[in-house]
Amino acid sequence: MMGVFGAIVRRDLRLALRQGMDSVMVVMFFVIAVVLFSFGVGPEPNVLARIAAGVIWVSALLASMLSLERLFQIDYEDGSLELLALAPVPLEVAVVAKVTAHWLTTGLPLILAAPLLAVLLRMDGEGFGILIAVLLIGTPTLSLIGAVGAGLILGSRRGGVLLSLLILPLYIPVLIFGVGAVDAAIGGFPFKAHLLILGAFLAGSAALCPWAAAAAVRQAIE
Amino acid sequence: MKRIDYLANPTRFMRLAAVLTPWMGWATVLLAAVGLYLAFFVAPPDYQQGESVRIMYVHVPTSWMALFCYVSMAVAAATGLIWKHPVADLVAKCTAPVGAAFCFLALLTGSLWGKPMWGTYWVWDARLTSMLILLFLYLGYIALVNAFDDPARGAKASSILVLVGVVNVPIIKFSVDWWNTLHQPASVIKMGGPSIHPTMLWPLLLMALAFTTYYVWVLMVRVRGEIIANKIRVLRLKQVHG
Repeated sequence: MMGVFGAIVRRDLRLALRQGMDSVMVVMFFVIAVVLFSFGVGPEPNVLARIAAGVIWVSALLASMLSLERLFQIDYEDGSLELLALAPVPLEVAVVAKVTAHWLTTGLPLILAAPLLAVLLRMDGEGFGILIAVLLIGTPTLSLIGAVGAGLILGSRRGGVLLSLLILPLYIPVLIFGVGAVDAAIGGFPFKAHLLILGAFLAGSAALCPWAAAAAVRQAIE
Repeated sequence: MKRIDYLANPTRFMRLAAVLTPWMGWATVLLAAVGLYLAFFVAPPDYQQGESVRIMYVHVPTSWMALFCYVSMAVAAATGLIWKHPVADLVAKCTAPVGAAFCFLALLTGSLWGKPMWGTYWVWDARLTSMLILLFLYLGYIALVNAFDDPARGAKASSILVLVGVVNVPIIKFSVDWWNTLHQPASVIKMGGPSIHPTMLWPLLLMALAFTTYYVWVLMVRVRGEIIANKIRVLRLKQVHG
């Protein structure tokens, strides 16, 4: 089972590397979105520092959602998704493998870019470590929840816009606690509870989302 | 179990709906008339909020109904997925617009009530925010159910979505509560009985009942409409092929 899992992850990573610029585009979107915010609210350092954590989180969330549409879509169109469903491992394993690859190609680059943007937004130094920590715990949750939506929109009209309508409300808890942890750290308050709750979200979505996403994919290729 | 199977046959469901529809319609009219009379003329104005407290008799039942409809939708969706129950899929599909309307009305009456009470139409308070998110969940469902050329695909995909949503609703509620809170705590359903005077409780309960029968009434009409539309489609296809 682990062999198949590894094979799917490697295949998706290789596709992402060779087919092009997916990860780069996601990071570029992330950077531009954050920069747009500073044009939107003005260059006032105090204001920017105050909203830095929220802006980075919202932009990361949108960036990771943008790439979700392609999570199953290409495999669905060329038929390899059906082969994955016929593979000798449960479809849930294949879904987790694809989500892992998606996170490695989009979530991880976002986390690498985040500190740089935090500097641009003049975020308080206290928050840097915790920002990376919450993004590390939070972005896999986003990918997992997003996989359900990506499975549901397969074969529908207007996939991308629909995906955002389905998924963004479900992202709200992660956003609240992700921003809350950074704000608490900057304010000098304890932030352990936020981290633990984000960890609980990750554990819960790791247990439930592959199941729901596999059900969604299964009904799409039926 | 047997009863669920019984209604899986659309013809049987149509028979039941034909009987139930007028009863539910008249029950709605009657309950709403009595409830509104009590709410407007019998219930006392609040010592703090004055006459504007009467918005409560619409606001609170619509909020309850918004949640109730979501739960009904989830139950219907689960029934449709597990037992491949064709009428349950239709029930889920037809509940969504009604629930979304209740949710919207709850938000609208809430903001109209908020203006005189809190001095503003909208505050980012926990309860208001979670109702707004519930409205988004409804809209997402409606968008997904209509996004496929094959209605069976739409029913299945949206059933999965609604089950994911129902797991998430308590989590969203809890997160938003953590995030902010200003709304008054629940005063009807709590330990040690309601803390609201009977002259105010009765119109509230009657209005809640009226909205529930209204929901069943509209649901019956809508599901019958869907079944008839399906029949017409099948007949048209037969005409084309035959």
